[in-house]
Amino acid sequence: MGRDPEPTIFELSQPGRSAWQLPTTGIPDRPLDDLIPPIHRRMDRVRLAEVSERDLVGHFTRLSHRQFSVDLGAYPLGSCTMKYNPKAFDLVAGIPGLADVHPAAPARCTQGWLELMVEIEEALCEITGMAAGTLQPSAGAAGELTGLSLMRAWHTAEGAPRRKVIIPDSSHGTNPASVTLGGYEAVTVPTDERGCVDLEMLRKVLDEQVAGMMLTNPNTLGLFEEQIVELAEAVHGVGGLMYYDGANMNAILGVTRPGDMGFDIVHLNLHKTFATPHGGGGPGSGPVLVADRLVPFLPGPRPVRLATDGSQAVASEAPDFGWMIPERSIGRVHSWHGNSMVLARALAYILVNGSDGLRRIAELAVLNANWLRVRLDGILDIPFDRPCMHEYVMSADSLQHETGVKALDIAKRLLEEGFHAPTIYFPLIVHEALMIEPTETESMQTLEALAAAIERIVADSRAPGGQERCAEAPYCTPVRRVDEARAARHLIATFDARSS
Amino acid sequence: MPTYTPHTPDEIESMLEFIGLGSLGELFDVVPEALRLPHDLAMAPGIPEPDAVAHLRALASRNLECGPELVCFAGGGAYDREVPPVTTALASRSEFVTSYTPYQPEVAQGVLQALFEFQTMVARLAGLEISNASLYDGASALVEAVNLGVSASGRSEVWVSRGVHPSWREVLKTFARGTGHVIVEVDLDQGQTRWPDTGRPGVVVMAYPNHLGCLEDVGVARELADSTGAILVMAFDPIATSVLRSPGSWGADVAVGEGQALGMPLSFGGPYLGLFACRQEHVRRLPGRLVGESVDTDGRTAYVTTLRAREQDIRRQKATSNVCTNQTLMAVTAAIQLGWLGTSGIAEVAKRSALGASYCRDLLVGIDGVEPLTSAPTLMEFSLRLPIDASTLIDRLVDEGFLAGIPLDTEYTGTEYTGSDMRGLLVTVTEKRTRSEIDAFAAAFARALR
Repeated sequence: MGRDPEPTIFELSQPGRSAWQLPTTGIPDRPLDDLIPPIHRRMDRVRLAEVSERDLVGHFTRLSHRQFSVDLGAYPLGSCTMKYNPKAFDLVAGIPGLADVHPAAPARCTQGWLELMVEIEEALCEITGMAAGTLQPSAGAAGELTGLSLMRAWHTAEGAPRRKVIIPDSSHGTNPASVTLGGYEAVTVPTDERGCVDLEMLRKVLDEQVAGMMLTNPNTLGLFEEQIVELAEAVHGVGGLMYYDGANMNAILGVTRPGDMGFDIVHLNLHKTFATPHGGGGPGSGPVLVADRLVPFLPGPRPVRLATDGSQAVASEAPDFGWMIPERSIGRVHSWHGNSMVLARALAYILVNGSDGLRRIAELAVLNANWLRVRLDGILDIPFDRPCMHEYVMSADSLQHETGVKALDIAKRLLEEGFHAPTIYFPLIVHEALMIEPTETESMQTLEALAAAIERIVADSRAPGGQERCAEAPYCTPVRRVDEARAARHLIATFDARSS
Repeated sequence: MPTYTPHTPDEIESMLEFIGLGSLGELFDVVPEALRLPHDLAMAPGIPEPDAVAHLRALASRNLECGPELVCFAGGGAYDREVPPVTTALASRSEFVTSYTPYQPEVAQGVLQALFEFQTMVARLAGLEISNASLYDGASALVEAVNLGVSASGRSEVWVSRGVHPSWREVLKTFARGTGHVIVEVDLDQGQTRWPDTGRPGVVVMAYPNHLGCLEDVGVARELADSTGAILVMAFDPIATSVLRSPGSWGADVAVGEGQALGMPLSFGGPYLGLFACRQEHVRRLPGRLVGESVDTDGRTAYVTTLRAREQDIRRQKATSNVCTNQTLMAVTAAIQLGWLGTSGIAEVAKRSALGASYCRDLLVGIDGVEPLTSAPTLMEFSLRLPIDASTLIDRLVDEGFLAGIPLDTEYTGTEYTGSDMRGLLVTVTEKRTRSEIDAFAAAFARALR
């Protein structure tokens, strides 16, 4: 990776230099003062960088060299499902008939997009065992808030919105944050000694004020919630709804379905399970699928197949697909129709894999995780040591007590071994957690290299001077450990704040 | 079976043996048997990649995309702007495309520095001190801005001008049911928001230019915010603002915008880019990620996500927002596009769009029965009142090879004319529209109304 520092684009700027070229319009020129009344005119010029196209390409290419990515190496970041992103689907995103379609164009101009959306919604419903859904949410957290809004609408229609939503103590941080924004109070239930939701403790907090429960299954320890049917029955018993956080759906594709487990609302992360690239932190896509009884509340407008009978349109001109607003819709959750192009990529991925390939993904993701778990047995602690699903959680707790080397240090040393670090210090219920998700696209040889690297690091931490070596790592990455406290204390969030 | 997995049958066997299992099926013994699918998913088996791409192409062929066959005069937050090959090429670099959120700054300086540059550019455009590293889209940026405003003012009544994009307002109302904010929509009169004389809002929201394309006197909203102690949230357009007074210069506390115009294709509505800028004093209430500059242990400049204690993975139910994955690749794309445009280019895009819009507007209002919907000044978009329903006109013009604009809802046309109707049309002209395209559009427009 590129080790030389790269100046900001503002430092590369030379007044009067430019890169832009615009098409000839032939429209007669007039001064801006003719077009804009004085009180609306910007008096200064917006200071952007002034660079040549060659400078621009050099700058961003050099920046890209300072960035790790899936294309460069394994990315076993637990709960994030950083699998390989097939290149064919980049091509899909460039098809003009998809890329150049205006979102407000009349339905007769967008039949292909509407059909694409209906097709992926139907596929996602089959994969999850749900009845219908919305493709509008832009990411998992947006899906969560949409799901909680559906929960509120359902309970309001039943009489009152209720007050509380239950989440396990191992949940993703987005869950409680979404619960608050959804107008609910988050009630946390503990994890039992087997690493699953404590059913007895859950029963104790259930009452008529519980709107529902949010759950990831497999959970963030990588373990399947074996009592899921009992959990769902208990929550349904007080009239609550079950919400499925789909972050870990990769583990169960074609094996079991949230709908069959008793979930009422499901969100998926297409940028995890369905291999759409994560873009350094988005765009994602977080479709929400629901059970029958919640369909009337879905966000609208929804892309739908038009019935041949009840159609108002002239038969010969009637499009096959159109928009429909559900009768009790909670309303829109996106400016337009969602991250459409992410949907197109995900549909292509689903088609290539199909019913057989999707199940194979889950099988190999789970195989890889279990192989790594057994391979690293005895190297680091495994607090819940039993067969896992697509990921598992190790702990550096004993190692830290013995040598002073922390999960953070192991993560930093892995960076210079050519691997991305696992997720660390999550879930919060495991001390010195390292959460590792190899995904199905890594080979046995890569897994062995990763295991060997972890083994070496642990061995070195026990060697003379090992703690210091680990605490100072990494040495040969583009930058070394960053002073995060200083960044927060002396905030420089723009180039202009540098000098102040 | 076509897949993207590397395992050979021998390897699968040896891996199973290593973990003490006899078959792949046994991996799922932890799943209660009653929950295991007894059959395959009811969908076709996998097909080869070229076949899947061909299927997507077939779907694409059922769309009528903007281009020579459908010249685009539609906007309303989604713009047919020039995206040069250099932006597409740089934004397609797989290091940017296939990385995760920059949790390990030592190996994420590329994305982090690009976001730092993006934040600088957005802050400069908005005329405010702080910009975050992106939100999902314009609507989500507005929702977050209102949450910040209610938190800062301590009052949950939110006055929202009907000049704000109708979909954004709808999203705001969807999520207000959870937060309990009271959303009060305020009518336009002649393209200008008519703010109530009494009341004490916690947040005041307006758009500049607004959904009718009009430039409102933001000073009125600023005075309202001053007299009531409200937070002023202003929706701005990142291209228009290069020639218009910036949100900061008008006195906005928070500026939000749709950043699609900064290098993103229309893509049927997404992925786009939520812009969010605010005054320094609100930085600790900022939603989403923020990149800060610091140093590494060798004293070299290094970038890192900062003020993390605001965020959901640290603060959980007390976080300022639930956002995690945002639109980073779109923010990087915008930084590249703004780098390509530079100081002179962005103003040129705005000016050419305004010139084209002015030229187009003069031609269209010269057509019998077509009137401007308001007399307020406009820039790149303008609203018309038609003698027929807008959707009918749009339909007829599709046959002539033009996407004529976006129909305006009755909320804009119902008050000034007898009864409510659907005869309002929002027309947009970008820097890509040529004189001959506009001339042909105006001629077809006139024909369609005959």
